[in-house]
Amino acid sequence: MTPADWRSAAKPVERGPEPGGVGAVYRVFGETLRGLKTTMGRFAEGHHTIQYPEEKTPVYPRFRGRHRLQRFEDTGLEKCVGCSLCVAACPAKCIRVVAAENTPDNQVSAGERYAAVYEINMSRCIFCGYCEIACPFDAITMGNDYELADYTRSDLIFTKEMLLADPPEHTPLRREGE
Amino acid sequence: MLEGTLVMIAKSIVIFAVLLQIVPVVLLAERKILGRFQSRIGPNRVGWRGAMQPLADVGKLLSKEQFTPETAVPWMMAIAPVISVVTAVATMAVIPFGPFDAWGGNFGLYGIDVSIGILYFFAFGSLAFYGLMLGGWSSGSKYSFLGAMRAAAQLISYEVALGLSLLGVVMTAGSMSLVTIVEQQDGIWFIVPQFVGFCIFMVAGFAETARAPFDLPEGDAEIVGGYNTEFGGMRFGSFFMAEYMEILIISAIAAACFLGGWRGPGPEGLAPVWMLIKILGGAFFFIWVRASMPRLRYDQLMSFGWKVLLPLATLNVLVTAIVLVAT
Repeated sequence: MTPADWRSAAKPVERGPEPGGVGAVYRVFGETLRGLKTTMGRFAEGHHTIQYPEEKTPVYPRFRGRHRLQRFEDTGLEKCVGCSLCVAACPAKCIRVVAAENTPDNQVSAGERYAAVYEINMSRCIFCGYCEIACPFDAITMGNDYELADYTRSDLIFTKEMLLADPPEHTPLRREGE
Repeated sequence: MLEGTLVMIAKSIVIFAVLLQIVPVVLLAERKILGRFQSRIGPNRVGWRGAMQPLADVGKLLSKEQFTPETAVPWMMAIAPVISVVTAVATMAVIPFGPFDAWGGNFGLYGIDVSIGILYFFAFGSLAFYGLMLGGWSSGSKYSFLGAMRAAAQLISYEVALGLSLLGVVMTAGSMSLVTIVEQQDGIWFIVPQFVGFCIFMVAGFAETARAPFDLPEGDAEIVGGYNTEFGGMRFGSFFMAEYMEILIISAIAAACFLGGWRGPGPEGLAPVWMLIKILGGAFFFIWVRASMPRLRYDQLMSFGWKVLLPLATLNVLVTAIVLVAT
């Protein structure tokens, strides 16, 4: 292609109207009024603020928040058998599991073994949900709570007892399609 | 004679007290209304729905240090905010809130009715600029200096258009006294025959008060607050208060010259109420525009002032003069 072809093939650039003149004054006045109308629309509409500590943003059911360790509802036994598959799956390396054998007078989980130590370092966790997918017994699941801030790093290492217990406050859920 | 003096003192106190009480209300209203324009709530933690916010702000400012930079001129920094406040308060004396015989008295609901009311307003408007100029210059800081220079150029440029925009009203009313101007509007408000003048006055008024979209002297995004950068504590508070009083004054002059002043439906005793409603309406308009318009570029400001507003104002005066002579 020669430069002449490029020129003929090029689309004309869309430019705004030329500045200056009576037409410009009229346009500026009109656009000013349009701007004022826009903001007045927002004024009439009211605010969209969610006043956070008092009102919480609802999350979807699939939201990946604070982890939970599950128990069997009928027997009360822990679902976790200490297989450490979540540890292998975790890209952030924030889970630590130490397994121990179940004995007849200390039956903690439904399997042969159970997790004697189950810790998640919440300051490292990236909430990817791979542990939930890796778990063969649905023992670890992601909950809905997102208020995880704390004052020290050591408080953010969640122990097995904390993960088994019900979190004290529940985050509001929003329905699908809302 | 003595009675007249006492009446004057009483009037000064009342006007000063009332208008000074409106300033925090406008301050709070600005933050709440601006919030609503931007789809948020605004201050709502201090008092009922944030009603005590201005009080908290003033309390904070009062307890802060009066900081003076090493390169500053201390005594000039001290008087600059004073000039701003004094000129703003002095202008309030000529704002008419009612006719001479209102409320069965013969004292008049205004500070003084000077025959050169509009000139008085302009005189103190020009003096107010010394507050900004001295404040910015004496700070010994580059950003403050830039802000002061911007303020000087902007206020001088727009004062011309402001003066010419009111000339049409002065010619129609045949007087410079604000009371007479309002009395002349018993048939039709001057906004109808002088609509162009009203628009020019409002635009130039925004520039004179250094409010958005003409807030280049402050321009917090570009020159970190401009002339008031180095001011802390109540000195900054004084500048701030003067700015809001300027808004009230421009609204009041607009109300008196174009919107029929104290006139409105209902008995004549309601005159000050109507005037206040018009002033607060003007203040709302100031906030509304602040929420809508981005700041002008500096060359746009200059070319708009000199190439658009000034010729338009001159043309408006010319046409008004021709119409007045012809009829």
